[in-house]
Amino acid sequence: MTLAWMAWTPVTALFFIGIACLLVGMSVWIRLDPRNEPRRGVLGLVTQRGDRLFLSLLGAAFIHLAWIGLTPEGVPLWGGSLVSLVYAGLVFRFV
Amino acid sequence: MKPVNQKAWLLVAPVLALVAFSAVIPLMTVVNYSVQDTFGANQFFWAGTVWYEQVLASERFWNALGRNLIFSFIILLIEIPLGVFIALNMPKKGPGVAACLVLMALPLLIPWNVVGTIWQVFGRVDIGLLGSSLALAGVDYNYVQDPVDAWVTLIVMDVWHWTSLVALLAYAGLVSIPDAFYQAARIDGASGWAVFRFVQAPKMARVLTIAVLLRFMDSFMIYTEPFVVTGGGPGNSTTFLSIDLVQMAVGQFDLGPAAAMSIVYFLIILLFSWIFYAVMTRHDDDGAKGG
Repeated sequence: MTLAWMAWTPVTALFFIGIACLLVGMSVWIRLDPRNEPRRGVLGLVTQRGDRLFLSLLGAAFIHLAWIGLTPEGVPLWGGSLVSLVYAGLVFRFV
Repeated sequence: MKPVNQKAWLLVAPVLALVAFSAVIPLMTVVNYSVQDTFGANQFFWAGTVWYEQVLASERFWNALGRNLIFSFIILLIEIPLGVFIALNMPKKGPGVAACLVLMALPLLIPWNVVGTIWQVFGRVDIGLLGSSLALAGVDYNYVQDPVDAWVTLIVMDVWHWTSLVALLAYAGLVSIPDAFYQAARIDGASGWAVFRFVQAPKMARVLTIAVLLRFMDSFMIYTEPFVVTGGGPGNSTTFLSIDLVQMAVGQFDLGPAAAMSIVYFLIILLFSWIFYAVMTRHDDDGAKGG
């Protein structure tokens, strides 16, 4: 069976490997540090680490879309990635 | 240390495989398509974020998204209160229960395209019962030509098709309330509204969360019924995101832009579903620590 129909590119492969690594990393983290009590953060929502990862990834997707849609042509996309990293840090700290 | 039972992996494996084949792998493929261009023959050319830029700058996309949001908002505004009202008035015991349940389940058993066909004929001015009756009554109704009539037809059709789902879910919540709650309310001299507000509504909250989520996702992804009834017309007045997407992917064979639009569409559904879920379950775990 060939995977040509999935039209893989190195960039998208790296993207999915990154997501898979994040999930594996979360599993390793919970083994090393099982303290994952639900807490109520600034949004008033009860979250655990998994919820914060979901919010970080969903937010990162929208930050990149906003970056593509709002910045002038020629501005590199990794600017959006940096904003997403900062956003993820804030989510894990305060949400 | 708690014993770890690895059998659970075996039990969830079929579901994981099913989800991988039916959702994850197709979604990965769509992501791959969204950054490339193709002219067929399984040949792809790197396009980067061009299709995303195109979709986000496209008036056609924002208009379809706006229509979708308005449609879902109207649907929820009608179906949720109406479903709860019907559930409150359904018999709780006696022979009427079975008859009511069967009647309520009937619209849910009809396939989407058949519902579309029923309403497409029902609303026709020349041969349809609804269309010709309205014409006889002097009402200027023609869903083929008038955008407002087309919208009203689609909304009434969706309400007809799906309100019973909300009613059945709310009814399931209602019948799970023990009689003792009602007796206590009677002793306290609670009014009908107070019984609803403090006994019935909290007990229905969980199932209504499911109902709102299901109805939002379904109405936001609606395709078959409007495609059969109006085909997205008149003009583009009922062209929702899914109809636009199919036109782009299948009609125009623009797989790259269609894939980029699918991803944006998927993210919006994910965001709204999360917002609904978060808002409706925010009081569930009041024992959680403050951040």
